[in-house]
Amino acid sequence: MKLKSKVTSHLFLSLFSLLMLYPVIWWVGASLKKTEELSLPTIWPKTPMWENYSKGWHFSSEYTFAHFFGNSLLMEVGNVFGGVLTAAIVAYGFGRLSFKLRGFWFSILLLTMMLPGQVTIVPQYILFNKLGFVDSYVPLVLPHFFGGGAFFIFLLVQFIRGIPRDLDEAAKIDGASVYGIFLRIIFPLIKPALMTVAIFTFIWSWDDFFAQVLYISSVEKFTVGLALRMFIDQFDIQWGQLLAMSLLSVLPSMLIFLFAQKHFVEGIATTGLKG
Amino acid sequence: MVAETKTTAEAEKTRRAVRKRAKTGDTHLAGYIFISPWLIGFLLLTLWPIAQSFYLSFTDYSLLEDPVWVGTENYVNIFTNDSTFTKSLSVTFLFVLFSVPLKLFFSLLVAMALNQKLKGMNLYRTAIYFPSLIGGSIAVAALWRNMFGLDGYINQVLAWFGIQGVGWISNPDTSLGTLILLNTWQFGSTMVIFLAGLKQIPQELYESAAVDGAAKIRRFISITLPMLSPVMFFNLILGVIGSFQTFTSAFIITKGGPVNSTYVYALYLYEKAFKHYQMGYASALAWILLAIVALLTIVNFAASRYWVFYESEGGGTK
Repeated sequence: MKLKSKVTSHLFLSLFSLLMLYPVIWWVGASLKKTEELSLPTIWPKTPMWENYSKGWHFSSEYTFAHFFGNSLLMEVGNVFGGVLTAAIVAYGFGRLSFKLRGFWFSILLLTMMLPGQVTIVPQYILFNKLGFVDSYVPLVLPHFFGGGAFFIFLLVQFIRGIPRDLDEAAKIDGASVYGIFLRIIFPLIKPALMTVAIFTFIWSWDDFFAQVLYISSVEKFTVGLALRMFIDQFDIQWGQLLAMSLLSVLPSMLIFLFAQKHFVEGIATTGLKG
Repeated sequence: MVAETKTTAEAEKTRRAVRKRAKTGDTHLAGYIFISPWLIGFLLLTLWPIAQSFYLSFTDYSLLEDPVWVGTENYVNIFTNDSTFTKSLSVTFLFVLFSVPLKLFFSLLVAMALNQKLKGMNLYRTAIYFPSLIGGSIAVAALWRNMFGLDGYINQVLAWFGIQGVGWISNPDTSLGTLILLNTWQFGSTMVIFLAGLKQIPQELYESAAVDGAAKIRRFISITLPMLSPVMFFNLILGVIGSFQTFTSAFIITKGGPVNSTYVYALYLYEKAFKHYQMGYASALAWILLAIVALLTIVNFAASRYWVFYESEGGGTK
C-alpha cells in the first residue's frame, strides 16, 4: 500500500475510534465530578470526588451494591453453566447424529431466531406466575437450560461440523458409543467455542434488562441493572454517584471483553450474532 | 425351519442388517435424547406460548380472573379506536426507517476501513466494537440521559461553537433522534459481520479489475457490493427485526415521552400487559407485531431476488 493512503487510513481510523470512545472517556471523568461540574465541557474534574463511588455504593439504605453484584453473579453462574452444558449437548445432536426430522427441527431452530420475543412473553409470564416462580431467578435462569438459545446452538453446530469425522470413526471402532464420542472426543474439542458461548451468555444476560424488570420485584433480589434503575428513578438524582455506579456495572463485561477479545470477534463472525 | 436352511453367509448378512438397523435406530433415539433440552424448551417456552398468545388475543384477561372470550373485539379496538397504537406504530416505523440504514451505512464504511493490512488494526477494532458491548445496558442509558440533557455535555460543547442547544430528550422533535443515535452508536456486531464478509471476497477479483483499469469506485460498485449482498441481506433482516423490538433505551431514557414521541411499540405492549394487566389486549398487540415483522421479512426475501447475488447461482466467478 502507498504511504499516503496508509497515513490517511490511520488518521481516519484513529479519529473514528476516538469519536466512538469519547462518551466512555467522558463517562470516566464524569463519575468523579461534583454535580455542578458535570455540565462543564471538561473531561477531568478539578478535584476527583472519590466519594461518588463510596456514596453511590451505599445509595440504597437497605443494601450495598455488593449485594446487587452478588445477586447478578448468582444468576450468571446458573445462566452460564446451563447455557454451556445444554448448548453443547444439543449441538452434538444436530451436528453429528442423524435422526428422523433432523432437517425440520433444525430449520425450526433457525426460525426461532427471527421470532420477536414479545409474542411469547405474556404466556411465559402467565406460566411462571402459575408455577409461583415470579420474583425468583427461575424465569431468568431456567430458559438457559433449554439449549442456551438458538444462536449458541447454531454456533456450536457450525463448529462441530468443522471437526473431521475420522476421529468419531476411530473411536467407534474402539467401541465408543455416541455418548462416549460426545464426552471424550467432541466435548474437549469444542472447548474454544464453548468459551465464546460462556462469554456471550454472561454479557447478554447481564444486560437483559427486559426479563429482569419483568420478573424481579423485591429489592432484596435486585440485580445490578435493577438497582441502577431504582437509582435513576429517585427524585433527586445524584448524577455523579449514578454515573460512578453505572461505570462499575459495565466493568465485568469490559474486563471479560478485553481478556477474551479473540473469542469475541471470531464468535460473532462465525454466526453473525447480534450483540 | 427356515432359519436352518439359510446358509451361513445369508445368516451373517441378516445379522449385519439387524445390527445396522439397531445402530441407526440407536442414533434416532440418541439424536432425540441429545436435542431434547432444546426440544422441550421449544415446546414449553415457544410453541405453547405462541398458541396460547393467539388464543388470549381473542379474550379479555387480567391475570386474576379466567380469560373471557370476546371474539375479535381486541383487534377491532386496536385498529379503530386506539390512537396510542397508531402513534407507537408510527414511532417504531420511524425508528426502524432511520436506524437500520444508518447502522448498515456506518458499519459497512468502517468495516471497509478496517479491512486492510495495517499496524494496530486490533486496537482500532477493539475501540470501535467497544460501545456495542455495553450499549444495550441500563448504565449506558443513564449516561445518555445525562449527556443529552438540557444542561448536559452535548449542549456545553455546542455552546463552545456558539450554538444554542435544546433539551434533546425533553423536546419531542429531537427525542427519537437521540435514541436513534444511541442505537447507531452500537453498530459493532453488524460491522464485524460485514468484515467477515469482506474477507471472503477473493482478492483476484480486485486485481483483475485493476488490470482492466477499473477505478476504485467502479470496483466497489461492481465487485464489493454484489459479493457482499448476501451479508448485507442478513444484516438487513436481523436489523429490521431487532429494531422493531427496541425497548430499554425508550424505557429508561425517555419513558416513551415527551408527548409519546418515543413511545415505541415494545414499550406500549409492555405497559398494556404488565402495568394495566390487559393480557388479552397485549397478546393481540403481540400478534400484530408478529404479522408486521413476518410480512416485512417476506417482502425482504422476495425483494432479495433482485439485488442479492449468490455465487453458486451461476454467473459468479470462482
